[in-house]
Amino acid sequence: MTGPTVLVVGAGPAGLTAARELGSAGIGPVLVVDRERAAGGVPRHCDHNGFGLQDLRRSLTGPAYARLLARRAGASGASIRLSTTVTDVADDGSVTLAGPAGIDVVRPRAVLLATGARERPRSARLVPGDRPAGVFTTGQLQQWVLLRHLPVGRRAVVVGAEHVAYSAVLTLRHAGVATVTMVTEWPRHQTVAAFAVASRVGLRVPLRTSSRVAGLHGHGRLGAVDVEDLLTGHVERIAADTVVFTGDWVPEHELARRAGLTVERTTLAPRTDGWGRTSRPGLLAAGNLVHPGETAGLAALGGRAAGRRLAVELRSGRELPGAQGLAVTVARPLASAVPSIVDPADPPPRLLLRPATFTGRRLVVARQGGREVGRHGLRHAVPNRAMGVPGAVVGRADPDGGPIELSLV
Amino acid sequence: MAPPVLAEVDVAVVGAGVVGCAVARHLTLAGATVAVLDRAADVGDGTSKANTAVLHTGFDTEPGSLESRLVSHGHDLLASYAAAAGIAVERTGALLVAWDDEQEAALPALAAKAAANGYGAARPVDAAEVRAAEPHLGPDARGGLVVPGEWVIDPWSVTLAFALEAVGAGARLLLSKPVDRVATGEAGHELGVPGGVVRARWLVNAAGLGADRLDALLGHHDFTVRPRRGQLIVFDELARRLVNRILLPVPTTRTKGVLVSPTTWGNVLLGPTAEDLDDRTDTASTAAGIAGLLAAGRRILPALVEEEVTAVYAGLRAATEHRDYQIRVHADERYVTVGGIRSTGLTSAMAVAEHVAGLLDGAGAVWDGPVRRSVVPSMPPLGASQVRPLQDPVRIAADPAYGTPLCHCEQVSRGEVRDACHGPVAAADLGGVRRRTRAMNGRCQGFYCGAEVVALVATETGTDPGTLTRVPG
Repeated sequence: MTGPTVLVVGAGPAGLTAARELGSAGIGPVLVVDRERAAGGVPRHCDHNGFGLQDLRRSLTGPAYARLLARRAGASGASIRLSTTVTDVADDGSVTLAGPAGIDVVRPRAVLLATGARERPRSARLVPGDRPAGVFTTGQLQQWVLLRHLPVGRRAVVVGAEHVAYSAVLTLRHAGVATVTMVTEWPRHQTVAAFAVASRVGLRVPLRTSSRVAGLHGHGRLGAVDVEDLLTGHVERIAADTVVFTGDWVPEHELARRAGLTVERTTLAPRTDGWGRTSRPGLLAAGNLVHPGETAGLAALGGRAAGRRLAVELRSGRELPGAQGLAVTVARPLASAVPSIVDPADPPPRLLLRPATFTGRRLVVARQGGREVGRHGLRHAVPNRAMGVPGAVVGRADPDGGPIELSLV
Repeated sequence: MAPPVLAEVDVAVVGAGVVGCAVARHLTLAGATVAVLDRAADVGDGTSKANTAVLHTGFDTEPGSLESRLVSHGHDLLASYAAAAGIAVERTGALLVAWDDEQEAALPALAAKAAANGYGAARPVDAAEVRAAEPHLGPDARGGLVVPGEWVIDPWSVTLAFALEAVGAGARLLLSKPVDRVATGEAGHELGVPGGVVRARWLVNAAGLGADRLDALLGHHDFTVRPRRGQLIVFDELARRLVNRILLPVPTTRTKGVLVSPTTWGNVLLGPTAEDLDDRTDTASTAAGIAGLLAAGRRILPALVEEEVTAVYAGLRAATEHRDYQIRVHADERYVTVGGIRSTGLTSAMAVAEHVAGLLDGAGAVWDGPVRRSVVPSMPPLGASQVRPLQDPVRIAADPAYGTPLCHCEQVSRGEVRDACHGPVAAADLGGVRRRTRAMNGRCQGFYCGAEVVALVATETGTDPGTLTRVPG
């Protein structure tokens, strides 16, 4: 078959936004594939407002945002093929697609991976105990309640205290499930104060800080959750038929790794520059695949940047480049920076930083060979939340110099 | 009022694990009428489901033991059967690795033991060869012993295939039927189960963890089951590249030790622990167990523990106070016990069935029915080395449901999950769907597909989703 010029894998915010840029650029056919039966990715099952603020400058519910992005991608000329999974990315760049209409092998000029991220399930967190029903991740719970209207339970423990954990509390409430406690290993919540106060005061959900889930009990159905106070070692057994493991995002990186892309040790995401280019020319990555756990809007902005630049490069007719620039490293208390390859002469729109701990330090300083090349003040530094820094913070580095180190002072 | 007679058969087999199903299959083909009973709602839902999935040669069994003979013979029988049924087997071979001087010194004796067990292909190798064979091994690895005949197999499909073939040949499968009473008389046995009785001329006890209790109902105390818990960690398929063979430790008397093994599904297994318990239902994993396995894994294959964990689970082996299998016939009572079948039971099951049939024959059992030709069922291709429906254009063209992805991580189509809900040995719950299709067994554990799978299974089985997920109240 005459395949697409660009194949986008994943019809979430990043993939659909990239497809819109590419579809309207006149570079040839653009095909978006997604394994699900509907386009939109995770926002499809997030029934609350606030989607679109960063990329569209308006606030929509998740499902409305998902529909809008899909409609816009389609209107740009990109086609979207659903219920379609990538079963192979070969060394020669050909990609095998499987769906209800059959199996296709396509060989696009470029492939953009926008496969998103998932929450680590109970097993990957090594929580011991029985294996009863009633154990969820937020994504699973949301689909359970909002897409499939399945019954959940009565009493839940929510593990985590970042944005998505509060979203889980709301979904549980919608399903008639009382959240009896939230549990976080951190000394404080990691969301905005409004969510935390609304949950604690409005919904009367206590938050156990410096605590962790030490075990699950129940044959058939969950009966109780052991919660350990990390400061005292005291373990309390809490009766619950439902537990939701939230956050702890891991990139959906199987295709990226099978394709041999260089992967970051910290985030396990493929290493990219500011334009989604990776260690393998012609194979790009954007969205929560490269910065797991960020908002849909940030994923969409990453898709937009990658899509726009890719369109320009395809139109130029030149060979597509891989990631270009200097390595970016971080010093604690910073945990990660995305992208981790930057070209000072062509700085990325933004760098997304995550701290490893709560810290009072609010000033990001970029240094090259010990010499300060830029700085930027932050409003907050909270684990499990991104801090956006303008790409210009590295703009004064020497493009021919050594790596750039980011630190908090 | 007399309780209804649910079945009246030549042989009642109690226990629908891999051994019970193999015995039922064998006797049905030999012309017996057979009923298989289990307390669980599915076949293979006890010890058989938490197996390490190794097709053993028996090289390290006790020479001269019944286990040695039945494992060795069972290996060949099962390898042929799996090939005919399309059950995934990977001929990985095993590498037994010595990690210190003492273990290295034990290797020649192990090679001699293999020979004494009639297995001549085991071969000692030095440290350089070990490293060349398995480049990701930890730095402490010394010499080793190559055992080419140790393979990995899809354990769940084996039990299912035996059950399917038995039922196809006329056996009755009576699930959710715990036996709480046995009356033995001139005519044979009457087994009391919920909702009625089963009458059988002969009784085969393949009740695994419950074998001694059933034995006691008949007044025997041949052995005591001592559940030995084995916790296992399954690593993501991306770890598969780290290991070529089954990596075995130097065994002790109590356990084969912690192994690292590829699985036919394409992921990597680390385990098991060996903990003697009193509680026959305690299949919980523990913090200490997990920590111990990770420490062992870090020594064996350091890069393994950097990969994502897909699942942690535990199974109970039906160990007894005896080291060998406990298979006994009580001819005057028309009763055979098949006890103490430890972790090698998957491999030996078909040979155990043959052995049991021989004991019954020797005890004077005769079957009136015709000897039936084996019609081996075609099992769904679940192995990483097989062509799965989502990779099969012919199947997709015939039925687009086989081309509609459902479980993304394990690449399972809607058609496969639908199929698992139907047929003579259909899945009764979500665990049964997992074992028949791999759905929800992957790295996301249902993040993507959980709700879709539950909705589909509820529709296909006509079960309320709340019942399926055991929502209280």
